[in-house]
Amino acid sequence: MPNVGLFIPCYVDQLYPQVGLATLRVLRRLGLNVDFPQEQTCCGQPMANSGSDAAARPLAQRFLEIFGKYDHVVSPSGSCVSMIRNHYDHWLHDKPGFDHLRGNTFELCEYLTDIAKIVKVDGEFPFKVGIQMSCHGLRELRLARSSEQMIAPFNKVRQLLSQLRGIEVVDLTRPDECCGFGGTFAVAEEAISCLMGRDRLQDHARAGAEVIAGFDMSCLMHLDGLIRRTNQPQRVMHVAEILEKATLS
Amino acid sequence: MTGHAEKSAAFVANEDRAHWHDQSLWFVRSKRDKQASGIPEWEALREAASAIKTHTLSRLADYLEEFERNATANGIQVHWARDAAEHNAIVHQILASHGVTHLVKSKSMLTEECHLNPYLEARGIEVTDTDLGERIVQLRKEPPSHIVMPAIHLKREEIGELFHIELGTEKGASDPKYLTEAARSHLRSKFMGAQAGLTGVNFAVAETGGVVVCTNEGNADMGASLPRLHIACMGIEKLIPRAAHLSVFLRLLARSGTGQPITGYTSHFNGPVRGGEMHVVVVDNGRSRILGQETFRRSLGCIRCGACMNTCPVYRRSGGYSYGYTVPGPIGSILAPQRDPEKYASLPFASSLCGSCTDVCPVKIDLHHQLLAFRKVLVDLKAVPLQKRLGMAFAGFVLSRPSLYRLGGGLLRAIVPRLPRGLIYGSWNPWGIQREIPPMPQQSFRDLIQKEPS
Repeated sequence: MPNVGLFIPCYVDQLYPQVGLATLRVLRRLGLNVDFPQEQTCCGQPMANSGSDAAARPLAQRFLEIFGKYDHVVSPSGSCVSMIRNHYDHWLHDKPGFDHLRGNTFELCEYLTDIAKIVKVDGEFPFKVGIQMSCHGLRELRLARSSEQMIAPFNKVRQLLSQLRGIEVVDLTRPDECCGFGGTFAVAEEAISCLMGRDRLQDHARAGAEVIAGFDMSCLMHLDGLIRRTNQPQRVMHVAEILEKATLS
Repeated sequence: MTGHAEKSAAFVANEDRAHWHDQSLWFVRSKRDKQASGIPEWEALREAASAIKTHTLSRLADYLEEFERNATANGIQVHWARDAAEHNAIVHQILASHGVTHLVKSKSMLTEECHLNPYLEARGIEVTDTDLGERIVQLRKEPPSHIVMPAIHLKREEIGELFHIELGTEKGASDPKYLTEAARSHLRSKFMGAQAGLTGVNFAVAETGGVVVCTNEGNADMGASLPRLHIACMGIEKLIPRAAHLSVFLRLLARSGTGQPITGYTSHFNGPVRGGEMHVVVVDNGRSRILGQETFRRSLGCIRCGACMNTCPVYRRSGGYSYGYTVPGPIGSILAPQRDPEKYASLPFASSLCGSCTDVCPVKIDLHHQLLAFRKVLVDLKAVPLQKRLGMAFAGFVLSRPSLYRLGGGLLRAIVPRLPRGLIYGSWNPWGIQREIPPMPQQSFRDLIQKEPS
């Protein structure tokens, strides 16, 4: 059994602990040795995406020191995993162990479908679900075919969720439009960010979604903030929370 | 100075209009998807286009000289302009030496970039933009808001009102056919009275020494064929090595940009009309400096299709003018700060980095990665506000110290729920203008995992 290092993004650790727990439980139920190194903090993405390399680089180096020893690193965030896989290179390309880390750090859904080779999801979730295909997981990790790409369709998240009994995954008018979170964009461009978010919510609502599911709590935090402000009936859930009680094989 | 955030907030303030704008452009994006999906080798075409552009840029000087040799052999006079000022002076000199007082132009973003129209008008030359959209914005004394659809920000009622004032159409008329017909006869008289025609260039072919112009209205052909003097203006990056390469680019251009299989007219200009003159002005204006930057070089592969604008969820909702630069949207947000990093510092941040532009780009420019890379350039230049730079440095300091991070997180979760709502949602907190802040749980994950059976 591989040793799995669990990477819980900083804001999930602090604000959405139940998502971390759900991820841990999903992985442990597969029989994996899952370890949560306590010295972990943040992958550095907020600083890197703001252009502050000097602030981000030490965090990338810490990440390699902390997680380099595991066979696999798994995280319930497409965006943070993309940071490690696609944006650490220019800092760490010559550091021992980086190639291993980069090649073995996975977002939860892709870990389940591609590495753990889960083909069967046995569980129940009797709700109408709209999937928010967060951009970094979609276009930087390729968790699904993006709507711009002219290739055979696939969607690793839907593949997992759609097997649940009672679930109805609804079709959106714009299947992968950005929710408008975008890190500091959410506050720097507040007006556009919120309009993008409200437009997404309307698309989910029009499709009849009761639950908006996603693999990045950051996008869901933004959508949830809009939902609660205007007392919308939908709720947001991380995929890990939906899969928590299911049996994966 | 107001940046993109302020201008886009003003655009979004009229939410109905922002939604209308978004839908108009999404319609074009959907047309693009439909056209692209009809080409089984679409992704291979994009790959080929990217490879051709990368190759061309790797030996651009050679191909430019090859183009000059072959164009000259075709009887075309080739001019080299280092920057916008030289470009404008060259064009003016050509026109002045022929005594031109009336010039018709087809679409050229390069001349917009160089601000040619006001330059010529100040020197007594009447300039008429003959592309319908460009004519509309010219009559409104506005720049284009989109590089392919210059008047996409206007509703037909507004165009009806403009034409009523400018062209004498019936008041209140907004039927597109009626308005287009009015523009057509208005422009016809301009074509007949012009002594010179100026066109842009979509592709310059090194092998043939000719240029290719793609339009939907045939106005480039009218402008280049009726008068005896044709001037074509191009940036150095418009070059492709061989005519055969057009078979790749022409299949991608209109499908990506407007969702058409091909533009209405694809005009090949390989020399002057009989008894006339043809000039090509080749402009650098900062392009060779971009060519020298490995990170941003690929932005010169852009074929100006506009697909990145049509797909950009920010552009669609903020409008072209929110960018304040000739080329808006994702590609413009890379090109503008190349020209003036201080003035356009907000543009690389006017993106959620969703990456849709990168996936839609027919020449596979890594647009969202370049936007990200430019943020770093701006921070290094100190063109990003000090407050933001300090904030990030502070966050980096805390986050690289687990005990401090833990303490900070714990304090945040303990204090925030006790604060009065008015304090949390004060004017200092842009998150809270339209959104609730996230819940503040009593315990973090790292607290809870201690109680989790292993």
